[in-house]
Amino acid sequence: MEVEEIVEGILLGNKRALARGITYVENDFPEGKEVMKRIYKHTGRAHVVGITGFPGVGKSTTVSKLTQEFRKRGKKVGIVAVDPGSPFTGGALLGDRLRMDGLDTNRQLWLDPGVFFRSMSSRGKAGGLAAKTGDVVRLMDAFGFDVIMVETVGAGQSEVDIIEVADTAIVVLMPEMGDDIQINKAGILEIGDIYVVNKADLGGAEKTEKWLKAMLMMDQEAVEILSKTTHADEAAVESGEIFARMKKGKGWIPPVIKTIADRGEGIEELANAIEEHKRFMEESGLLKERRARRLSRELFDLIMDEIKERLATDESLGFREMVDRVINNEIDPHTAVEQILKVLIKENGV
Amino acid sequence: MEKKIRVLVAKVGLDGHDRGAKVVARFLRDAGFEVIYTGLHRTPQEVAMAAVQEDVDVVGISLHSGAHMALVPKVINYIREYGGDPDEIVILVGGIIPEDEFDDLKAMGVDGVFIPGTPISEIIDFIKEMVPKKKEQARKKKAVA
Repeated sequence: MEVEEIVEGILLGNKRALARGITYVENDFPEGKEVMKRIYKHTGRAHVVGITGFPGVGKSTTVSKLTQEFRKRGKKVGIVAVDPGSPFTGGALLGDRLRMDGLDTNRQLWLDPGVFFRSMSSRGKAGGLAAKTGDVVRLMDAFGFDVIMVETVGAGQSEVDIIEVADTAIVVLMPEMGDDIQINKAGILEIGDIYVVNKADLGGAEKTEKWLKAMLMMDQEAVEILSKTTHADEAAVESGEIFARMKKGKGWIPPVIKTIADRGEGIEELANAIEEHKRFMEESGLLKERRARRLSRELFDLIMDEIKERLATDESLGFREMVDRVINNEIDPHTAVEQILKVLIKENGV
Repeated sequence: MEKKIRVLVAKVGLDGHDRGAKVVARFLRDAGFEVIYTGLHRTPQEVAMAAVQEDVDVVGISLHSGAHMALVPKVINYIREYGGDPDEIVILVGGIIPEDEFDDLKAMGVDGVFIPGTPISEIIDFIKEMVPKKKEQARKKKAVA
């Protein structure tokens, strides 16, 4: 398919065009870059929901049930599900799609015109996403989905790339995955806008929930509000009403929601929380801020990639010679960088 | 960058035997392919729609139910109906398939049939050879048309 055909197709809601566009972008074809350039002005409307958590906690099942819930609410849903690619062979077993409900519900997600699902290999990249996940989200955005869900690989403690694409980040946990020290460790447990304790029918769910809430309360602003809480307010703490009060002071305290995703329990509440967070982000101006920060980082990364690419391919820039001069001790690395930058800037007529 | 080969491994219809499909999926992973497994009991429509959305180069359909002559052509037709091009996708069938029906399946657009006992390397080599070949054929066909 030609670039023109793909861009037009995506804007007209043609799934085949979207699928092929994703392939071009994912494989770094020159056509992919061209497609991205042309669709950019049509992006920014979708709400991007990230779902992360350790392997096996129920991310894909949660995504499937959330998709059903959002469809009930009349939203069109795009899904990008990332699974790990092998650092050894480059191969991958992408097993998120199969959790999408098929025959066992009357809602045929696989054939639903308002749903598009794409599996992606991380292709050896750490962080929980593939290098091109952000671009795939943009293609789906241009296509016209209201909600785009991005499911990370089964994440490790420090895999937090999801915040580079998500407007609302959901961290899914399950009972008995460690004690309150685990929950207070830095990394993935710092990034949630919403926390989910899935498989809540297993023993220990209340404990996990309590630890999560305690962790979320150990936030400086939250502690200040709590310190003003009198004994009379203990009932409010117990009932969770205190969270509502903390929210007023702080803006957003991530809710902790218990779910049994395979039975659909707690999913409605989770969808409500996502919509509430979306409203909060929009009304507070934080959505704009978050996206702006992200774009500035993205632009920075793209510039770096481009410079690297040029240095590696354009011999007239003299990168190789400069490396040799450093090796031979004729010049120090810092001066070498200054000289290369001078050439680069001049080359481009700045 | 060379395009990664993407393979959809599918189970269609009322057939609960997926040990073979899972083993094949696993070995194709180790061959460096990106493999998407559909899970059990998919309809031909679902498999075809997945093939289009995932933009796969290969669709491998596993059947142990005896319904291959009915279901396989449906998958191929629905791929076309959903805007995909079965001419540029390598269509494989695996499982319990009587040998005297191999030719009938191929006449329906199936590129290769692999029954139990096939060395996995045979499937891998076949995919590596056929993916570029079918794409080239499809390109030529389109150029003529």
